[in-house]
Amino acid sequence: MSIHLENIAKHYGRGGQHQALAPLDLDIRQGELIGLLGPSGSGKTTLLRIIAGLEAPDRQPKGRILFGERDVTHLHVRDRRIGFVFQHYALFRHMTVYDNVAFGLTVMPRRQRPPGSEIRARVHRLLEMVQLEQLANRYPAQLSGGQQQRVSLARSLALRPDVLLLDEPFGALDAKVRQELRRWLRHLHDELNFTSVFVTHDQEEALELSDRVVVMSDGRIEQIDTPEALYRAPSNRFVFEFLGDVNQLEGEVRDGVLTCGDARLDVELPDGPRNLLLRPHEVALEAEPSEAAHLPVSVTAISPVGAEVRVELAADWLPGPWLATVRHADFERLALTRGQRLFAHPRHWHRFTAASHSECHATAPMAG
Amino acid sequence: MQRIGDSPGMRRLLIGMAVGLTALFLLLPLVAIFAQAFAKGLGTFWGNITDHYTLAAIGLTLFITALTIPVNLVFGVMLAWLVTRFQFPGRRLLQTLIDIPFAISPVVAGLIYLLLYGRNGWIGGWLDAHDIQLMFAWPGILMVTIFVTCPFVARELIPLMQAQGSREEEAAVTLGASGFTLFRRVTLPNIRWALLYGVILTNARAVGEFGAVSVVSGSIRGETNTLPLQVELLYQDYNTVGAFASAALLALIALFTLAAKAGLEWRASRREASA
Amino acid sequence: MKASAFSLGLPKARQRVLPGFGLSLGISLTFVSLVLLLPLTGLVGQLSGLSWGEYWAIITEGRVVASYLTTISAAAAGALVNAVFGLLMAWVLVRYDFPGKRLLDALMDLPFALPTAVAGITLATLYSSNGWMGQVLAPLGVEVAYTWVGIALAMAFTSIPFVVRTVQPVLEDLPGEVDEAAMTLGARDGVAFRRVLLPHLWPALVTGTGLAFVRSLGEFGAVIFIAGNMPYETEITSLMIFVKLQEYDYVGASAIASVVLATSLLLLLAINLWQGRFIRRLHGGSA
Repeated sequence: MSIHLENIAKHYGRGGQHQALAPLDLDIRQGELIGLLGPSGSGKTTLLRIIAGLEAPDRQPKGRILFGERDVTHLHVRDRRIGFVFQHYALFRHMTVYDNVAFGLTVMPRRQRPPGSEIRARVHRLLEMVQLEQLANRYPAQLSGGQQQRVSLARSLALRPDVLLLDEPFGALDAKVRQELRRWLRHLHDELNFTSVFVTHDQEEALELSDRVVVMSDGRIEQIDTPEALYRAPSNRFVFEFLGDVNQLEGEVRDGVLTCGDARLDVELPDGPRNLLLRPHEVALEAEPSEAAHLPVSVTAISPVGAEVRVELAADWLPGPWLATVRHADFERLALTRGQRLFAHPRHWHRFTAASHSECHATAPMAG
Repeated sequence: MQRIGDSPGMRRLLIGMAVGLTALFLLLPLVAIFAQAFAKGLGTFWGNITDHYTLAAIGLTLFITALTIPVNLVFGVMLAWLVTRFQFPGRRLLQTLIDIPFAISPVVAGLIYLLLYGRNGWIGGWLDAHDIQLMFAWPGILMVTIFVTCPFVARELIPLMQAQGSREEEAAVTLGASGFTLFRRVTLPNIRWALLYGVILTNARAVGEFGAVSVVSGSIRGETNTLPLQVELLYQDYNTVGAFASAALLALIALFTLAAKAGLEWRASRREASA
Repeated sequence: MKASAFSLGLPKARQRVLPGFGLSLGISLTFVSLVLLLPLTGLVGQLSGLSWGEYWAIITEGRVVASYLTTISAAAAGALVNAVFGLLMAWVLVRYDFPGKRLLDALMDLPFALPTAVAGITLATLYSSNGWMGQVLAPLGVEVAYTWVGIALAMAFTSIPFVVRTVQPVLEDLPGEVDEAAMTLGARDGVAFRRVLLPHLWPALVTGTGLAFVRSLGEFGAVIFIAGNMPYETEITSLMIFVKLQEYDYVGASAIASVVLATSLLLLLAINLWQGRFIRRLHGGSA
């Protein structure tokens, strides 16, 4: 089922002075897995809860929410046929796992309620799917966080919702369980083919799991795109900075050369003060400067754990430390040690004009 | 956010029922007390209050309360300090024991004191031989009043002091504070409102205790009659307006207690909100 | 009292950082022994003079048994009324905002703050045949004052705060997600309340109702004025004790008091144990 939002806004507080969502539109296609990504206070949870019907959007401007062809704007949450998974699971503590999953079926009006045998069969199928059949008679307090979240998922799927909404579903779990559940959710989504929207503040999670990611800040949608497009072509500085570590280079450009203290870099930019951004993997380290780049730095910290070595760099011409990722081979070749003095060589850099959100000056190839 | 029972119809129905029932069961009696007390005008009310025996009853009640509060204050603070700042065997038992007065019917409370200190009791017999009479005299009233009110201060302090922990006091000790200085400068500022509320509750109950006191007082007019007993006496004498005049005084203390509680809670919620 | 005497049995190695252990232990133990425990010996002493047969005869005498029945049935009725009323009040005070809410909240504590004798004469006056309420109820054929209904009413009045004040904090702490989870699963208000919210409130509701019941069993001041105090009909057990005392029958009073005392303590113990079992299930541990 597709989801169509039109002119949805939300204000809180007395007289509505606090804006949670600026009027926004959003289209989600049938079968998509969408991640709502943003820092806390960006409005992503509010948006999800408005889709669910747990919050009402502002009456002015008049907005609309459509599930497929069905207008659900004024429909109560219990009639929207959604599944909702809460960050802290919200399992009913006084019910067993089985009763939790069966709840939605057993509270249906008698005429629509499936017969007992079918409810039993359906609940067992769901428990099988989340691999918890053997824990059916346990109480939530006796389960681990990951197990509880799986119960919560099974519970939300029992009514065969058209739309599955998840509010930071893995936020309260530790890293390993989170990884496992992510993979498993993706699998479930592909198999059952419903439309899913999940909220997260974790970029990695959003990029790994989603078909498309909606990046939000300050109650606005900054960009909607596939993970690849988002990472390669962020539409503005906020998206760029939010999606990964960022190194900044500020300086004055004159005749195609940017200078900052004793640092210097050839750039093809008009004269004036400029602010360039670089990803850690776009910074190469060498023992010598080049024609185009003279950026002396010294190593302040080294973390060799993982596929690449993370190196923290400092220099008196830099306002803040830089982060560079170096292949293990280069790390050994350069024999990096803390305190060592080197030269940074940007492979790419990015620049966003501050005034506009949408304008993007993509990368320029440099020596490297 | 939407919650269960938020529909306007349900809201109106439930609020209406709550307000209606509260007005009927709680507000109406309160109004009735004052209506009865002033039924024959302000002059009669004043006459009833300044009646010789009533004044004596007020005096005795104030006297008993004035003695009860400091005793329970010291005990409450000491007990709370003991069970929240130290670990020792029997700590849980001690905490359970102080709830005894809440579990015992007031008449039974009066009775056990009468049995022990009355002429037939093993202490009372000895006292009688030395011509000391505790029962049917003010010391007996004081003793049972202390008994029924002793949990109040401790019960207010223990949860609070437990929640606050002893880090601040430990820090003060490392800075060289000791003994009473430590308590006065570090502990007291943190617990003073709970302490105050404990005292207000103690006061309300001490002033109003009826069952236990009526067993040990002997109800001698002008001598061992506390204000609640005076209320009973006047009521049994069919002097309803007189009884309600005294009752109105007691009701005023109750209203003061409610106002104090509301005020302290309001203060706490404001501090929470600003924190 | 010397502090060192008390610390003898305690591990010496543990240094106590904070001062005042000896002093507070000394004062607390002295107080608890003299004020709380010593008087109980009077009751034991009085009863030890009785044989089992004599004891049994006193506590099963017809008039006394009638008073048990009156007390227990009225206390149970009062507690049940309070269960419903208290749940309603807690719900309204926690879930809704409306003008006058603070006043309503403050009024809930009135029965604890108001001296029981004052409550007693007030209710008796209100519900007597020419009182405000009595005048309204008399034409309907409802008699409250000097009947069993009056006893139940007085007991209900004095124990109002128990249910409200035990349910209120639990309801306040109930996360909004519980409501929301029930709603997203399609539950209507009535079903959601009965199947999801009520089970969460159940331990507090039962505890509060139990406490109200125990308190009502021992209530005296508020009840005697409205009770009528007719032997075999409207006499409560506390009054029986009082009557025996006025007849200088200390032994009889003690025997009946021991029944009241034992009942209260056992009920409180039962409430505590039940509560513990329930809480363990909801917060982990084996069921």
